[in-house]
Amino acid sequence: MSFAATPVSAPKIGGKLASRLACVIVQPILTRLVHKIAHQHPSLFARLGGHQATDYLIDPVDLPFALHLRPDPTALILRAVPRDTPPQANAVIRGRFMLLLELVDSETDGDAAFFSRALDISGDTEAVVRLRNALDDMDGSVVEETANMFGPAGRAILARLRRSYAQGAKGFGAR
Amino acid sequence: MTLAELICPAGTPAALRTAVEAGADAVYCGFQNATNARNFPGLNFTPDELAEAVAHAHRHGTKVLLALNTYPPAGKFDLWRDAADLGARLGVDAMIVADMGVADYIARHHPQMRLHLSVQAAASSPEAIRYYCEHFGVKRVVLPRILTIPEIRQIRTEIPCEIETFIFGNHGLMVEGRCSLTNYLTGQSTNMDGVCSPASDVEYIRSADGSMASRLAGFTIDTFGPQEMAGYPTICKGRYIAPSQPDGYYAFEEPVSLNLSRLLPELIDAGVHAFKIEGRQRSKSYVRNVVRAFRQAVDDIRAGRHANMADLIALTEGQKQTQGAFETKKWR
Amino acid sequence: MTKLTLGPVAYHWSADMRRDFYARIADEAPIDDVYLGEVICSKRAPFQDHDLPATIERLQRAGKTVVISTLAEVMLKRERTATSDLAQMDSAEIEVNNAAGLYARGQRPHRVGPFMNAYNEATIAWMAGQGATHICLPPELPAPSIAIAAQTAQALGLGVEVQVFGRVSLAVSARCYHARAHGRSKDNCQFVCENDPDGMPLRTRDDAPILRVNGIQTQSESYLSLLPETTPLAADGVSHLRLMPQMVDMVAVAGLFRAVLDQHLPLTEAEHRLKTLCPDTGFSNGFYHGQAGYRRIANALTA
Repeated sequence: MSFAATPVSAPKIGGKLASRLACVIVQPILTRLVHKIAHQHPSLFARLGGHQATDYLIDPVDLPFALHLRPDPTALILRAVPRDTPPQANAVIRGRFMLLLELVDSETDGDAAFFSRALDISGDTEAVVRLRNALDDMDGSVVEETANMFGPAGRAILARLRRSYAQGAKGFGAR
Repeated sequence: MTLAELICPAGTPAALRTAVEAGADAVYCGFQNATNARNFPGLNFTPDELAEAVAHAHRHGTKVLLALNTYPPAGKFDLWRDAADLGARLGVDAMIVADMGVADYIARHHPQMRLHLSVQAAASSPEAIRYYCEHFGVKRVVLPRILTIPEIRQIRTEIPCEIETFIFGNHGLMVEGRCSLTNYLTGQSTNMDGVCSPASDVEYIRSADGSMASRLAGFTIDTFGPQEMAGYPTICKGRYIAPSQPDGYYAFEEPVSLNLSRLLPELIDAGVHAFKIEGRQRSKSYVRNVVRAFRQAVDDIRAGRHANMADLIALTEGQKQTQGAFETKKWR
Repeated sequence: MTKLTLGPVAYHWSADMRRDFYARIADEAPIDDVYLGEVICSKRAPFQDHDLPATIERLQRAGKTVVISTLAEVMLKRERTATSDLAQMDSAEIEVNNAAGLYARGQRPHRVGPFMNAYNEATIAWMAGQGATHICLPPELPAPSIAIAAQTAQALGLGVEVQVFGRVSLAVSARCYHARAHGRSKDNCQFVCENDPDGMPLRTRDDAPILRVNGIQTQSESYLSLLPETTPLAADGVSHLRLMPQMVDMVAVAGLFRAVLDQHLPLTEAEHRLKTLCPDTGFSNGFYHGQAGYRRIANALTA
């Protein structure tokens, strides 16, 4: 079994306008999502320690936008931002969207993704490690929870995403 | 006593539950402080979490081993003493220790507590192991990853305690408990603080061509080409230049993980009582896959079947695996 | 009075080098205790055995206390035998560097070497109860811990020693990195380490000096120098200061440390002279100050 170490790079998707539109459309979903997670998994914040005020840029290279996360329990931020004008971030986590989702749910091992170069991190490494460990301590699937928020349509979209990702990265994660 | 117990890592309560579900005979874990050798950010257990974890594990017939395997610097012994007292109160099944002062404290104040000698004590001869058995009542030694199987078989005949060996995960190169490399570059000690290449000092620098440099406290540990598999930014897995190696080479070891899945029958035959999976810093995904695979393999061997191991290469460092010293002396 | 000691030579020096070195130490160096014996590699030991009795006699005649140190790594049959043989010596002056040595020595008096991880009060008290007369602290221990450990040791009647000069041992391994650098295995090393009497330098790929390889041992690139810290060390109850042999004029180095201890030489002048004696190597004292070991904290005591 092999998993080619394709360098993580951002494919060109749409123009600047499309990217901004996508941000506007997706934002209400993100806001609902992040508050739901915070409500259901309060222990997550303890593991973040001093990094509750850290600005993370999560960059799914195959989506038209990136995500800005500040996991501050008193002023939680998860917003879509245009990739070409991202906000200042302390740490950047970059990879294919489905890989990032699998990491959130711990379906894939972050270290393994990093060794294979499918996952790219830069900036404050401790911030990334803390976020990873905090997310890893959550039971259940954030991804499934999110999909369920949108009923059958949400689940259908997720299933399609998984299929297309599985074709791109066959067998990875030894599942 | 069961032969070939599977000892599994748990960096978080969720990982512990995952290991239990995947078939661990015992899990090992630590508190959120310097008393254990994986004192990493966001990892490990609060006292309340450990209490719940012990209850959960015991409900499923799984043991909980508490890692107290670092060396208290003078003036800070209380932290280790309190952790030992707390662990005893919470009902852990054994404590994994390295420091003689800590071992002596537990032996005197918690005489019922089972002691395991950590790999951090670096006991690599029958005499050294007997020292800890006779003085502190150690019941099991975790052997350093530097011995061949015939050497393990020989040691078994000369010691009065059980043997635990690593079978998967980080391939430790330096004698554990005797390594100050991290402290030399970062000011944080593996022995005293429980850290190894702390994330706070790690930096990944990406170049335009897709190559990546890993730095520790400003020192370049390694550089990886765009297609090259990466490893942990640990000093002992770095690439350096020596007079005889002007282009740079892995002076100590290349990024690689230990995988002894093919040697399990021989290890059991040599008298190894317990198999340890490294990786408290790894994810639930790692724990689930590795524990499941080895559970299946050990069950197969016990039932007299050929062990069919799942492929774990994707989870290894540098996506490379080795049998290290266990296979051949030439490793040295 | 604070004593100066000379640690065991970590490198594979030739017999001639050793003879000349210890002759000068015996005749000229203001050193009280000299540690002999192979600590790093059991394969090297036979090269020393022949001259050892004469060296011991030479140093003792010069009024030095001679201590024999045991191996740091004990795994192979020859290492186990060498360790237990030394442990059977009648002399009280043996420095044990591995738990196998402690086992063989039993309750008979001995010194505890820097590889024994005597980090804290509880461990020191335990070791004292088992016959230890003297403890060399691990080199990474910071000043506040050294002070507490020294008080504990003193109260128990133990000597307590801290390395103050030379490359610091950062790690030991079962694998020989000298052999590896030359594409050989440990069993087939052909003693290539003999070519690097001050260790084999490693640089990062962007050319920063970082570490030294000495067989199975990894050492600091810099020389530790606690010359400015000798006075507080003595005040904290450290009874012995250890100099590790490097490829520099060790007689002169010992003279500088003695002069500073005796307040015969201003510190700034002594530091200047030490730099002149070691022109090619940086100094560090980070561990003592609780910082990265490679760092040099200047004027730490006046700040």
